[in-house]
Amino acid sequence: MIHSLFLINCSGDIFLEKHWKSVVSQSVCDYFFEAQEKAADVENVPPVISTPHHYLISIYRDKLFFVSVIQTEVPPLFVIEFLHRVADTFQDYFGDSNVGDTLPTGQLSNIPWRRAGVKYTNNEAYFDVVEEIDAIIDKSGSTVFAEIQGVIDACIKLSGMPDLSLSFMNPRLLDDVSFHPCIRFKRWESERVLSFIPPDGNFRLISYRVSSQNLVAIPVYVKHSISFKENSSCGRFDVTIGPKQNMGKTIEGITVTVHMPKVVLNMNLTPTQGGYTFDPVTKVLTWDVGKITPQKLPSLKGLVNLQSGAPKPEENPSLNIQFKIQQLAISGLKVNRLDMYGEKYKPFKGVKYVTKAGKFQVRT
Amino acid sequence: MTDSKYFTTTKKGEIFELKAELNSDKKEKKKEAVKKVIASMTVGKDVSALFPDVVNCMQTDNLELKKLVYLYLMNYAKSQPDMAIMAVNTFVKDCEDPNPLIRALAVRTMGCIRVDKITEYLCEPLRKCLKDEDPYVRKTAAVCVAKLHDINAQLVEDQGFLDTLKDLISDSNPMVVANAVAALSEIAESHPSSNLLDLNPQSINKLLTALNECTEWGQIFILDCLANYTPKDDREAQSICERVTPRLSHANSAVVLSAVKVLMKFMEMLSKDLDYYGTLLKKLAPPLVTLLSAEPELQYVALRNINLIVQKRPEILKHEMKVFFVKYNDPIYVKLEKLDIMIRLASQANIAQVLAELKEYATEVDVDFVRKAVRAIGRCAIKVEQSAERCVSTLLDLIQTKVNYVVQEAIVVIKDIFRKYPNKYESVIATLCENLDSLDEPEARAAMIWIVGEYAERIDNADELLESFLEGFHDESTQVQLQLLTAIVKLFLKKPTETQELVQQVLSLATQDSDNPDLRDRGYIYWRLLSTDPVAAKEVVLAEKPLISEETDLIEPTLLDELICYIGTLASVYHKPPSAFVEGGRGVVHKSLPPRTASSESTESPETAPTGAPAGEQPDVIPTQGDLLGDLLNLDLGPPVSGPPLAASSVQMGAVDLLGGGLDSLIGDTSFGPPPAAAVPARLGAPTSSGLSDLFDLTSGVGTLSGFYVAPKAVGSISMDLQLTNKALQVMTDFAIQFNRNSFGLAPAAPLQVHAPLSPNQTVEISLPLNTVGSVMKMEPLNNLQVAVKNNIDVFYFSTLYPLHILFVEDGKMDRQMFLATWKDIPNENETQFQIRDCPLNAEAASSRLQSSNIFTVAKRNVEGQDMLYQSLKLTNGIWVLAELRVQPGSPSLTLSLKCRAPEVSQHVYQAYETILKN
Repeated sequence: MIHSLFLINCSGDIFLEKHWKSVVSQSVCDYFFEAQEKAADVENVPPVISTPHHYLISIYRDKLFFVSVIQTEVPPLFVIEFLHRVADTFQDYFGDSNVGDTLPTGQLSNIPWRRAGVKYTNNEAYFDVVEEIDAIIDKSGSTVFAEIQGVIDACIKLSGMPDLSLSFMNPRLLDDVSFHPCIRFKRWESERVLSFIPPDGNFRLISYRVSSQNLVAIPVYVKHSISFKENSSCGRFDVTIGPKQNMGKTIEGITVTVHMPKVVLNMNLTPTQGGYTFDPVTKVLTWDVGKITPQKLPSLKGLVNLQSGAPKPEENPSLNIQFKIQQLAISGLKVNRLDMYGEKYKPFKGVKYVTKAGKFQVRT
Repeated sequence: MTDSKYFTTTKKGEIFELKAELNSDKKEKKKEAVKKVIASMTVGKDVSALFPDVVNCMQTDNLELKKLVYLYLMNYAKSQPDMAIMAVNTFVKDCEDPNPLIRALAVRTMGCIRVDKITEYLCEPLRKCLKDEDPYVRKTAAVCVAKLHDINAQLVEDQGFLDTLKDLISDSNPMVVANAVAALSEIAESHPSSNLLDLNPQSINKLLTALNECTEWGQIFILDCLANYTPKDDREAQSICERVTPRLSHANSAVVLSAVKVLMKFMEMLSKDLDYYGTLLKKLAPPLVTLLSAEPELQYVALRNINLIVQKRPEILKHEMKVFFVKYNDPIYVKLEKLDIMIRLASQANIAQVLAELKEYATEVDVDFVRKAVRAIGRCAIKVEQSAERCVSTLLDLIQTKVNYVVQEAIVVIKDIFRKYPNKYESVIATLCENLDSLDEPEARAAMIWIVGEYAERIDNADELLESFLEGFHDESTQVQLQLLTAIVKLFLKKPTETQELVQQVLSLATQDSDNPDLRDRGYIYWRLLSTDPVAAKEVVLAEKPLISEETDLIEPTLLDELICYIGTLASVYHKPPSAFVEGGRGVVHKSLPPRTASSESTESPETAPTGAPAGEQPDVIPTQGDLLGDLLNLDLGPPVSGPPLAASSVQMGAVDLLGGGLDSLIGDTSFGPPPAAAVPARLGAPTSSGLSDLFDLTSGVGTLSGFYVAPKAVGSISMDLQLTNKALQVMTDFAIQFNRNSFGLAPAAPLQVHAPLSPNQTVEISLPLNTVGSVMKMEPLNNLQVAVKNNIDVFYFSTLYPLHILFVEDGKMDRQMFLATWKDIPNENETQFQIRDCPLNAEAASSRLQSSNIFTVAKRNVEGQDMLYQSLKLTNGIWVLAELRVQPGSPSLTLSLKCRAPEVSQHVYQAYETILKN
């Protein structure tokens, strides 16, 4: 399967290597560096690279490349999933410092995802229903594509071997779901109840997708006018953002990010709310808006300075919008109840809902 | 307290101090010391000098300490093999520890120590652990077998570990089953021919049970293993599918994709009329779409696989176009793949949306992506006729932007649109000509020159335009030179009076001043054509061109079917079969989709069944990659849309395979068709005098083949009669033939002799002598023969069923006593009875007719007015078949009972009887 693994940081240092069979020379990474050079951006390095004697399958996580060396025909998804799991483990283990606090130990149990003999003084089970809206909105403001990517993340600190059942008010919403292995699939198929013995600690219980257009509400609208004048070294930028279909909740944490065309030298803008920055090197404009108050809609307008003499940009930049709505799952998904069997104590239970923008793009 | 302090010691004489601490009497101190050693080791310091001291700490009840020592051993054993032997005793002891965790840990560590000397000592403990009462130990030991096999394969085989592993597939614990499958799969990879994972309905059931309960990684191994199984009928296929579908909801994308592979493969066996078939199709869409919301690396692999899936079964994702819309910050490798799939899914129903998107993409920043988007607009025009007009106007808009690379791409695709819809959009030529000067890429220049030459009569200054290119003739790429040569010849044929000088100039440039043989050859051909017979030249050069096909860069169907069997693997990412790129071809087993066999039809006689399902209705056009016959017609601009470069190599690979003998995969019984380079309309081989059966049913091919077998004319002489017809426009030479391994080792006894080159429309008939000394492989059905015929153009694959009696040998008459004894000896369950209807022959006539085909009557008697003939025959491979033929006077039906030690031949012997008797 995986022959060797190299960890490479953004400046190209191979700072960790692990070989399961024979040692493969670091020079194999040269093929990776070559591909990296070809790809203008780190994110554009192809995940599967063939070299004369090996295949390199890599992932990019938190500014690190995990590059695995493969010698035989393998399922690449197996490898990629595994690498992401390695990255998760490192993140768990190292946290923010570079040395962990514990050397891991193992414990046998009949349930592969849960160790035996778990004990807590405070028994608690919390669920976060997090929904992200992925959308593409075209110039005229109509929705080209929209769907909700939802997850239920759990934080379970329960003693012993609790057996949980989580039910929903409207389980019919969930027709495209991926489950954690702990969930009893048959029970879901027949009763639409999530029944499971949970792993200990934090884990993702399910992820789901809601794509039916009438269920995906778009909570914000954007009015925009970005124009560049022919034969002049300036342009105008005017963006206003407002609420729409927000179910009466406050939309907060709004950020607008725009990759401006290369010929933009600088931007001279005035926000009615929040602050903005423009990085003349990466050409990224970031406007940190904050909350929307419907009485006065936030806007950002002003002048764009272009490189003189350069032709006016062909492309119009897309706006990338971030936002957050607390206490709302935009699909309308609601947890009905959580029951626990198998243990005698009474746990604390809680459910939190939040809706965020995922890949939310407005074309101009 | 944290462990970070272990990493921070900076004292001098560290090794010395550690040595003292390791040898301390105090347990706590010892443990601390080992931790320090491990800490030093992980940051890369050499602490190998402490080997004996660390090994001394191995005997402890403390699991944590033991783990650390084992970790140390794994790291340094390789460099200190002699010292490592010191640890063996402890390992052996630990393998018998009451704590299963320690037993497992010991056997795992031993497997990881890749030192030859240690492996022998590992055998006994490993044997015990494989049969341990604790499943955790068994599952660890199973993996250890694979590790040991990697170090010393012979040892593993000699010790019988492989059999023990096979037994573990029936273990009661799902994790053990999963690990046994994983270990066997890995071992099988280095022994492709071995039958390690011999699957039968019982073991399949075990695997399916384990599938629900084992870890996600185990599920992947089990699913991949299931995918190699061929269910016996559609019912079994359906029941496996039903039990695999829940895996589509797994959070691990690799599990999902492996499940998709199993379903895509087994679906092949289900009838499309089944309700379940429709249900399954519906169930496949959501998980595939969900894969696209994962991390970009996963998306990429998923998209490459979806590309295959939409080619094989477009109906699955036809309503999901929108999820393939590109987001501006998708990585480029995701963008390009999405675009490809968008085109594949484009249809009349969604074309407006697709075009709007493509137009949007064409204004993005990334050059590669923009180019591909422009090409995609062209492909839409060609694919969806109703959209052609809108596509052309979109392309014109894009040309107006004057962005250099956009203009060039647009011109390349407009050329294809002209080819597809002649006499429709030529009004835009003027706009194109305005951009002549800005073209600096060979492909765009070539396309523009083609347009000027093709429509010379409508362009007033065509001669000037072409002349301007001629100035720098020698600096142009070959593509452009060839194009220019042809374009000027066309121009000359259309406007001979004004362009004589120009044509002479180009002909002399091409023939006298060029080193390029292709260019020279083409120059000479034109020159001779023009000088000998200008009318013929006109007919050739200005001939009507075949239309280009709608779908470009489709994967050739045989390869596609093979790739479907490799969903989720590297092969699916590269769109090449593993044989084409896995190093040394190690571990490559060719795969093919299972044939569609409804259980209800299984008794149908192969004679009435078609030899192979036709490979779809091939349109009467040549795919654009097939430019073989395009030379003179000047179609050599290359494929209009470049797909992933890897996908295009199937033709060449076929050729290599022919020589290398690995044909097995390339011929799937269900769908064989010629590679795309050679597709031309179907023609069925006409039944000929012997009328044994229509054996060859080549659906299409540049050269159409038809043929039949003749029964042995003399002892040991079997031959195959082929009829080769050249349906191409090009002469065919260099014929060669090869058979795949087959049930009776049939092989050509001599090379395929086609003496003269085969001109277009010419037919030759060849009788190819065969022998039975080739490699043997049991085929399904038994009399299936897979053949490849190669010529200078391409390789053609087909499969055919031969009548079994060509294999009946002359010394097939059994002694009477022997016959009786053998008849009794063969168990009754091997006896099969058949009815031969509508055959009004008497016993004598039947007997003599059968004898001429080497079926000998051993004895005859009359029982209650019925004639009983006892007959024997022998096959070339020495198998005897005994027969009892009952002839009832006055009845047109004969009853045939066959007894044979290999009962699978009976069905075919019966068919042979029927053929001989009714002929």
